[in-house]
Amino acid sequence: MALHEISFMFHAEGETDIFPREWSHTGVVGSGDLEVLMKQADLSGGVQVKIVTPVTGFDHVWEKVLDKFVRETNLGDLIIEINDNNSTPFIVSMRLKQALIEAKEGIG
Amino acid sequence: MENNKVWNSLKRDRINRIKAAIPYVEIGKVVSADNAVSLLETVIKPYDKVNIEGDNQKQADFLSECLCQVNRDRVHDLHIVQSSIALSSHLDVFEKRIARKMDYSFSGPQAGRMASMIKEGKIELGAIHTYLELYGRYFIDLTPRVALVAGMQADRNGNLYTGFNTEDTPVIVEATKFKQGIVIAQVNEIVDQLPRVDIPGDWVDFVIESPRPFYVEPLFTRDPALITDVQVLRAMMAIKGIYAEYGVQRLNHGVGFDTAAIELLLPTYGEELGLKGKICSYFGLNPHPTMIPAIESGWVQNIHCFGGENGMENYIRERSDIFFVGPDDSLRSNRAFTQIAGHYALDMFVGGTLQIDKYGNSSTATESRVAGFGGAPNMGCDPRGRRHASGSWLKCGSENGIQSQLTGDLPRGKKLVVQIQETFREKMAPGFVEKLDAWELAETAKMELPPVMIYGDDLTHIVTEEGIAYVHKAESLAERMAAIRAIAGYTEIGMEEKPEETKELRRKGIVKTPEDLDIDVTKANRNMLAAKSVRDLVKWSGGLYNPPARFRNW
Repeated sequence: MALHEISFMFHAEGETDIFPREWSHTGVVGSGDLEVLMKQADLSGGVQVKIVTPVTGFDHVWEKVLDKFVRETNLGDLIIEINDNNSTPFIVSMRLKQALIEAKEGIG
Repeated sequence: MENNKVWNSLKRDRINRIKAAIPYVEIGKVVSADNAVSLLETVIKPYDKVNIEGDNQKQADFLSECLCQVNRDRVHDLHIVQSSIALSSHLDVFEKRIARKMDYSFSGPQAGRMASMIKEGKIELGAIHTYLELYGRYFIDLTPRVALVAGMQADRNGNLYTGFNTEDTPVIVEATKFKQGIVIAQVNEIVDQLPRVDIPGDWVDFVIESPRPFYVEPLFTRDPALITDVQVLRAMMAIKGIYAEYGVQRLNHGVGFDTAAIELLLPTYGEELGLKGKICSYFGLNPHPTMIPAIESGWVQNIHCFGGENGMENYIRERSDIFFVGPDDSLRSNRAFTQIAGHYALDMFVGGTLQIDKYGNSSTATESRVAGFGGAPNMGCDPRGRRHASGSWLKCGSENGIQSQLTGDLPRGKKLVVQIQETFREKMAPGFVEKLDAWELAETAKMELPPVMIYGDDLTHIVTEEGIAYVHKAESLAERMAAIRAIAGYTEIGMEEKPEETKELRRKGIVKTPEDLDIDVTKANRNMLAAKSVRDLVKWSGGLYNPPARFRNW
């Protein structure tokens, strides 16, 4: 199956929640529907997202889901990579939230 | 008074037909399978209304195949009246021009072929009914002249044991026999002594031992291993935001993974919330294997079943406090009575659908499939004839946003009609749409109105991963539409949601998000299910549940 690659850049509004340097996390690989990788990067407070998915025609939905996630979490200076296996938009946002919780626990 | 008018022509006709069939009778009422086609050619006349027992599960498959083999010069232009079109032979009989007209309820597996045969003019479609509507018409204007039914066993005098899968047999036989019709039964075996009599022998004219047991479909088994985290989330939301909120004690669950998840969360999450004894005590329900953990944990007082389910025989036999069983201890299902309970004795229906439109109307129809209704609309509606009160029915009615505009200051209850809906299904098919595919199907199949499963004005709640819309609380259609947008996620309908509007709906309690319900979406997890596999269900049942081979994956 041909895979489709999408990239976005987001900026949280106001104060950003920036992780300590030298940090990365691979989250929720075992769920079977989505793989999330998060790693710290100097992006002037921005969040860069790269998605690899078999689904085409839903780029605008991905953008909305991720924009909402960044706005709600105020994340910054972060690269997010998503390897998608036909997840619905809600699963994407749920797995992102779960990955973030695991990541924070990992750091804390 | 007309003195020469004949008032018993139906009876005379019946006697003549039965006399003509006497050469085929071996002993008592027994006809050999080899003579089945000849028997049908003898007792069925052109233009007869014929019922081939096709239930949701049990099928008179042998007799249906025999009907396809009759001589077209002798038998033609039949009007088939039957609840379920499930087998290819049910349509072959139209392909061969033995039958011409059809009135029915449900055609799941044959829905695609049916649509094209209607288009090609091979089937003249009368109407698509709910089960109870069709049963009702059996006694009014669609009374079968000949009924071809299925039983487990018969004796030589025609007494029938339909047992576990009784389903529609009583209603079909009663309508046919008492209007001077002819009843022919195929049975798996002819025996000397029946475990019990479900249909008395003098209501049956001929019995045939079928060369093989009748076909039964295990329709209601859902493998817990396939339940997803998101289904668990929606189930938690439904339990907390609806079941607990209204204290619902008497209910029906449709078939599906969302309701299976609810059943499997009762002994875990439900117990944690202290709901045992306060919700889910009485069911009108098929014998879902996923109910076993809740039954074993003491949640359930009573279940009446529409039909049976393969593998549940021994479990039910040993749980006669819960299920309806005969003097022989085996289940007696009866679709007509559970459907009636759905209207008048149950306070809530919970099901799922394929599409919900922006007004809240829902349908499972697609442009190329004429699937029909079955029983869901009997369950998923607010029965206007109900007069007895219960707590949850009164509470739901008191919240009805438009009731005072209809009946002034008079209180009236309302049944809870709940749809659990995934905003996107597999292949990103949206669960919420601008216009239902049912409109297109109505045009293709020349139907008088789009086939809607549940109308927006009957619907009270929609549960999605994004939230619960308490649509019955809306004071106008505009407000109901806003509540639907608020929980429709990233579908086109959901994208039109206005944050300010949603905020106001949440303030008024017309929309509740998981956060409003104090449910953490990141915690929803399959591990909360009381059984995570079919094997776990067998364990819960103490080995009494005997799953069909295809569900035995260990």
